[in-house]
Order: sequence, then C-alpha cells, then structure tokens
Amino acid sequence: MPVSDFQPVIGLEVHAQLLTQSKIFCGCSTAFGAEPNRNTCPVCLGMPGVLPVLNQRVAEFAVRTGLALECTIRPTSVWSRKNYFYPDLPKGYQITQFDQPICEHGRLVIDTPLGEKVIRILRIHMEEDAGKSVHDAGGGQSLVDLNRAGVPLLEIVSQPDLRDADEAVEYLKAMRDVLVYLGVNDGNLEEGSFRCDANVSVMPKGSTTFGQRCELKNLNSFRFLKQAIEYEIARQVDVIESGGKVVQETRLWDVSKGVTRSMRSKEEAHDYRYFPEPDLPPLHVSAEAIDAAAQALPELPRAKLQRFTSQYGLPAYDARILTAERPLADYFEACAGHYKDYKKLSNWFLGELMRLLKEEGTPLSALRFTPAQLGALLGAVDQGTVSANAGKDVLGEMFRTGKAPADIIAEKGLAQVSDTGAIEAVVDDILAKNAGEIEKYRAGKKQVFGFFVGQVMRAMKGKGNPALVNELLKKKLGD
Amino acid sequence: MQLTDLTMLELAAKLAAGAVSSEEATRASLARIQQVDPKVRAFLRVDEAGALAAARASDARRKAGGPASALDGVPLGLKDIFLTEGVETTAGSRILEGFVPPYDATVVRLLKEAGLPLVGKLNMDEFAMGSSNESSAFFPSHNPWDVSRTPGGSSGGSAAAVAAREVFGALGTDTGGSIRQPAALTNTVGLKPTYGRVSRFGVIAFASSLDQPGPMTRTVADAAALLQVIARPDAQDATSADAPVPDYSADLEAGVRGLKLGVPREYFTEGMDSEVEAAVREALREYERLGATLVDVSLPHTKYALATYYLIAPAEASSNLARYDGVRFGLRAKDARSLRDVYALTREQGFGAEVKRRIMLGTFALSSGYYDAHYLRAQKVRTLIREDFTRAFQQVDALLSPTSPVPAFKLGEKVEDPLSMYLMDIYTLPCNLAGLPGLSVPCGFTKAGLPVGLQVLGRPFDEAGLLRIARAYEREHDFFRRSAPL
Repeated sequence: MPVSDFQPVIGLEVHAQLLTQSKIFCGCSTAFGAEPNRNTCPVCLGMPGVLPVLNQRVAEFAVRTGLALECTIRPTSVWSRKNYFYPDLPKGYQITQFDQPICEHGRLVIDTPLGEKVIRILRIHMEEDAGKSVHDAGGGQSLVDLNRAGVPLLEIVSQPDLRDADEAVEYLKAMRDVLVYLGVNDGNLEEGSFRCDANVSVMPKGSTTFGQRCELKNLNSFRFLKQAIEYEIARQVDVIESGGKVVQETRLWDVSKGVTRSMRSKEEAHDYRYFPEPDLPPLHVSAEAIDAAAQALPELPRAKLQRFTSQYGLPAYDARILTAERPLADYFEACAGHYKDYKKLSNWFLGELMRLLKEEGTPLSALRFTPAQLGALLGAVDQGTVSANAGKDVLGEMFRTGKAPADIIAEKGLAQVSDTGAIEAVVDDILAKNAGEIEKYRAGKKQVFGFFVGQVMRAMKGKGNPALVNELLKKKLGD
Repeated sequence: MQLTDLTMLELAAKLAAGAVSSEEATRASLARIQQVDPKVRAFLRVDEAGALAAARASDARRKAGGPASALDGVPLGLKDIFLTEGVETTAGSRILEGFVPPYDATVVRLLKEAGLPLVGKLNMDEFAMGSSNESSAFFPSHNPWDVSRTPGGSSGGSAAAVAAREVFGALGTDTGGSIRQPAALTNTVGLKPTYGRVSRFGVIAFASSLDQPGPMTRTVADAAALLQVIARPDAQDATSADAPVPDYSADLEAGVRGLKLGVPREYFTEGMDSEVEAAVREALREYERLGATLVDVSLPHTKYALATYYLIAPAEASSNLARYDGVRFGLRAKDARSLRDVYALTREQGFGAEVKRRIMLGTFALSSGYYDAHYLRAQKVRTLIREDFTRAFQQVDALLSPTSPVPAFKLGEKVEDPLSMYLMDIYTLPCNLAGLPGLSVPCGFTKAGLPVGLQVLGRPFDEAGLLRIARAYEREHDFFRRSAPL
C-alpha cells in the first residue's frame, strides 16, 4: 500500500513557560539569559530540607488558559512527583500533576482546507521545568545550569485528533496565538519557552484502531514539526510495508540529517513512580475565582478574527494579519474609531505602518502618534489635501517625530495642488516641450500617457492632484 | 547540685534573677559534654564557639534589659537533621559528611531569635531510619541509664544528651516514634506535635507526610516552653498549619479531674514487657486516683499500622533521598567514571544498609504495576486508622498507652533483625499516620533500673491538653529528678 492508503494520527504535547516574574515554588527570577546558576536558591537547587511553596500566579495562569481552551477546571487538583535521575533535575523528581490535573476536556478550533476543525484538549497541567545540561563542554565534562529549574510550565495535551502535519502546524500556531493573547507565554519556539512533542502513528485508511505511536522530540520550529511528522509518517509506513512492526519509542528529530532517530525504547522508558506530592496540599480553585477569571478573559484570536471580518467588513486575509497580535488588533480598533473607511485603514496598516514598524524595529507600544492623528492623515488624503504618496511621507514623519499631520503638511509644503488653473498651466508647459511625444501618443503609443503624468508631477514636486492631472492631460491630448 | 541538673525553666529563672549567666550555663553544658560524652556519644559535633558567642550575646541582651524570650540564654542541642547555617549537618549519613548548609531551618532560626545557644548536633539513625541509633553512619549513642544499651531512635542522641544532662533540652524529629520512643527509654519527656504544628522547612526529610519536629526535655513544663518557641505557622512550609498557637503553659497545672482518658485495648498486646505493662497499669490507676475516668476504647485498624507505615514512609523516603546523587553537594564517589557511576557508586558508598533497604522498599511500593496494591492501599488503610482515632476522640479526651513495648535493649541485640526493630514502634506509628500529637512522659523504672515511658495521644492541635495530662502524672512522682548513673 502506498503512503496515501495510510491514515496518520497525531497528538501534540505543548510545553509553555509561564510569564511569571518568579519561579513556581520559590522566589527566584525567571528571567532568561542570566549567568548560569545565578537565578537559584536552596529551594530550586534541591538542597536538603527545602520545601516548595506554590506561586499563586501559576495557578491563575493555568485557570485562564484552561478557560480560553474551554476546559473544565477542577475545583481540587493534586500535585504529584515524577521520579527520575538526571543531573539537571535537582531533587531527583519533578513536581507536576498526574491523575488530577487542573484543567481537562477542552477544545481548540483550527482551520483546515476542508474548513474548521475542532481539536480536543485532553488535559492541561502545571509543572516545574528542569535545568539545562550542556554536554561536551570540553574535557569530557558536562555542565549543568539550574536557572531554568523551577520555571513554571503548562503542559497542554491534545487528543490524537490531528490527521496530517499541516493540521499539526495549524494547531500549534493557533495554540501559540491563544497563549500569547492571554499573556501567559511569549510563544518563542527558538528559545524553547514554547515547545512541543508530537505523538505520531499510522493506520490503514478506514481502520478505527490506532497504530503503535512514537513520540517525537526536539521540534523547535514550525518547519521542523512539519518535516519531522512527514518523515515519521513515511518511516512508519515503510516499516509496515516491509513487513515490520512499529515499536513504541521516543525519537529525536535530527535537524542536520532531516530524520528522526531512536532515543529510547519502551523497555528503556523510565518508571516514573508517580505519587501525590506530600509537601504540597491539593490546590483548591473556588467557583468565584473561576468566574472572575472567565470575566477577565480577553477576546481570543479566533473570535477577534471573525469580528474583524464582520464588524469592519475586512477580507479574511487582512483580518488575519491585523489580529495576529493583540496589540496590533487593539491599535487598529483604536484608529477605526477615528476613520471609517476600514478597508482603506487596513491597507495603510498592512502597507505603510507595518513596513515602518519593521524597518525601524519599533514596538507598537512606542508609537509616537495617536490613533486620532492617523485618522486625520487618512482623512486629509481622502479630501485631496495631500496626495496618497505624500501621505506616506507624512506618516513617516509622524512615526519619527510624533508631530501632527497638519503641521507636517504645512511645514513641508506637502499640501496637494487641486487648483485647476495652476495644474493646467503646468500641463500646457509640458505638452509644449514634448511635441514629439504627443505625436507618438496620437499614433497609438498610449503608454506615453504615463510619461506626461510623470513629467507634470515632477514639475509640481508631487503635489499635483493626480486625478486632476489625469483629467486635464486627457482633455488636452484630445481623448 | 550542678548547674546542668537544672531544668530549662529552673535555669531560665536563675538567668532572669541574674544568679547565673548564659555563658556560665553554656560552659557548664560544654564541660558536662566533655566529661560524659565519651561514654554516651550523643554528639556528632559540638559548636563551642557558636554556643559561647550566642551565650555572651544573650547575657548582653539581658544586661541591656531585653531578653528575647523566656528561654533566652538556655543552651540547647539539635538532632543533626536540622539545617544550621555554617555548621555541618549530616542526618547521620556519610552521604552528607562535610555538608555545611547555606541556611537555617525555620525552627533553628526561631531558636536563635529566642536567644537559645545551640551547643551542637546530636547523633541519630541515618536519615532518621531506625529505633536504636545504631544505623548512624558514625557510631551508636549509648543510654545513660545503662551504657551497654540503646537510647532508642532515631532521636537517640537528643534523648541521651538530655538524660545525661549534657544539654538542658533538645529538638528531635518524629516520623514513627523517633521522639517518643527514645524519650521513653531515657526517662525524658518527648513531644511529637500535630502534623503541621511545627515547620519542617530546613529539616532533612525522611517521610514528608509523617515527619514532625518536637521538643525533648526533662520535664513537661520544659516541653511546653520549648514548643512555645517553635510552634508557628511558616509561609515556607505549605503543610504548616494556620491554627492559632495557645499558651502551652497556661493550663499545665489544671489536673485531670473530670477528664475521660481512653485505654486502647490494641495497645496492650502480647510481646509487651511485663514490667513495662505493670508500670503503665500503675500509671493508669494513678490517673483514676487523680480524678480521671478511664474508658476502654478500641482502635481496630491498629494491627495494620506497621504494614501501612512501612509502605508509606519508605515510598516517600525513596523519593526524598533521590537528591543525594553526588551532583551538587555531599559525597561524590571518587572512582566514578560516568554519570551512572556518579549515581550508583555515590549512593552505594554513601548510604547505609537500613537506608538502602527502605529506598528499595519504597521504590518497589511505587513501581508501576505495584502502586495500587501497595502505596494506594496503604493510603486507604491510613484513612481507616485516622478514622479509628476520630471515633475514639468522640468518647474520650486523650488516649493512654505504653510508648515502647520494651525498655532499652542491648546495643547490637536487634541489628540483624530489622523486623523486630520495626516492632519497637508499634504503639507510636499510628499517631504519625493520623497526624496527631503524642507525648511520652517518664513512668518509672524496671527492677534493672531502666526507664519506662507512658504515651499520651490527643486530638489534633491539643498539645496543651496532652501536656496538662502528662504534667498531672509527672507532679506525683518527679521521676525527672533521678539522674542517670554515669
């Protein structure tokens, strides 16, 4: 059977570092990039005698995320210890949640070529991150950095509802958007503050029994996720086709070779000996706290996208870009309060504004002009006070100086000339100087028209009202 | 009478009166240690400089008119399970030999804030696993009443030091009887508070859901005064209780008239030493004479307590002791060539036989496929044991029993037989499983002159009630005035 006769089945486990100031069980900073082992204390170093105390923000973030993903929040969830030895795991166990996680039974909607699809969320739980091991540090040594040990994580486990690599990528993107919108995670795959493992299996099409799954690790970009899943599907089909059996194992994505390779088999898998963490009482979340968190929930990316298309009449393409990040969407809405041609506003956002932001590397929060000023500029363009081209220059100046558009137009003398007499004088002058070109035009070389427009505009330093220039030229050329 | 014969409160009164200085008391304690510890071997290490500095600071405070607490200046010893900043702390284990903690346990901080000079660290069974002090990686301590015998365990060094009058009082920890059993074997008072009453932060963990620090003293009143210093909610211990802390000395002399005291029939079983039984029965009659009513009660799940305990405690220990891996502190096997070696050799060389036995027991109890039958089942039985007590306390104010089924046994007698050693704790374990407070008070001597202890168990957070009941009996006999024949 070819690959197309097999149905891949995929589930993702997302690990998201929470954007708390301090670690989950001690007061150490979670800041990235400190000198190794600087952000540590006896608690996160696992010294004898230390005890964990829960950072309440972590539970708040978990509840917020659970609600956004339409989960049931457990009134009482339980901490467990996951026991294994590794040098970057100071206590010899990780404090996590096992059989009674804080959130369960959620869903996330993604777009597929066949339309919307609901991906069920099995569970969300809180846990502490481990430290970082640096191998081959020279002299055959391995080094351990425990700055990350105790940074709070959410693990979000999907049901095996994804059916190909593209769906998996869509899911991961949608998940990242939600977490970033909620302000609980920075969505940074490269730094590893947002990471995922994929469980992949294949079964003959039409079958209802899932095949043996493999867990893929080291998927630190959307591209690697897609490549690794596609490679793994092909590999598993190959194994089955050649009469073999897929064995349950953990496989590592090898970026340089573009393959997955076995990391440990089921037999080598740890027996984590989970048991309830005796140092932490069960976590109680009151109905009032859940209600309050639900009230405070921001509009989520998907809802916002839909509202942008319906409320502002924007194409899906525009709406998607405008809502990709919450600050941009908020800023668009602020501007929409001052300028009612939303599509035109969107064009300016997608074009000039985003270009400026990118070129200047300015965060949206540092913009120097107000939504009202942007609205005023666009109004001026509409009224012909300034040309669209000059308007771009004005925006650039607003961007750099924060001056009001009217002042910039006045200072730079960018006001558009809409005086028919003045334009006509220039048109006549240009035509008089270019008799040869007029002949070509009249002989049928219509593209020469553009030449005349360009000459007139240059003579007028770009300030001629283009509509009037066109109109007068056509009239004079006898069209 | 020597200075070291004073109780904590007697010394505190002399300090308050200016009749003696803390430095004199501390020097007396240090001299007594030098004199008798070669026989008793209670101390793993003495911090002479630290203790004297604290004593002088106490004297200065007092001269300035502001003692930090009622016990300011009273020298104390600590079981070597309490982390002391800058002073080596080993939990009786090779694996922590040379480990100098960077911070103080909460109770150590409280003691320092209250002005008590800390004279040193006391011997214990390795990681508090044992009932005779013989599992200490360094040496066994000896019972001052008969130095060929054990002072009990795991807080045996603490009990021996108090009984030998090397210190005025000490702190121990109790996971299955480790404060009460050695107290019973040494004619001292040992109080295990309600789980959560005293902070466990900075106390090296054996079994987290059972461990509880508590006072070990010569008298009930001293235990009350010392508990007063250390009983406190602690934001650094999520299992510490928010319950208000009463004045433990207020009702100490209120007597037992009108109280109903339960006698659990399951705590008077075969295998109990006849002299122990006789002493405890006599104490029960004493309570009747003092106006209490004795009530026969049943705690039907007691027979499962030992098995339950030996699943839960080792399970937690197997996880708690995983951090001793040779990576960050303590011992690292010198001959380790690989990561696996670092773990295997360090733990092989660093842990003693009893600790290894319990790590294996606990690892097995938690293993996939065995968890439900062992750990989970043990937790269910634990609930039943707790319910036994809840029912009993609907009828009675407290329970009375022997603390240990036998008096101090010979060193070496039970080392080869772990099970008979485990049986030493059958009357003390259920209290830990239920999280209740328990206390052992001296209750006479056998013909051979070995101390016997009476155990009082109470409702959660009724330490004041236990102290009052124990004091009523203590007042009739003053066994604590007898000194060990050293």
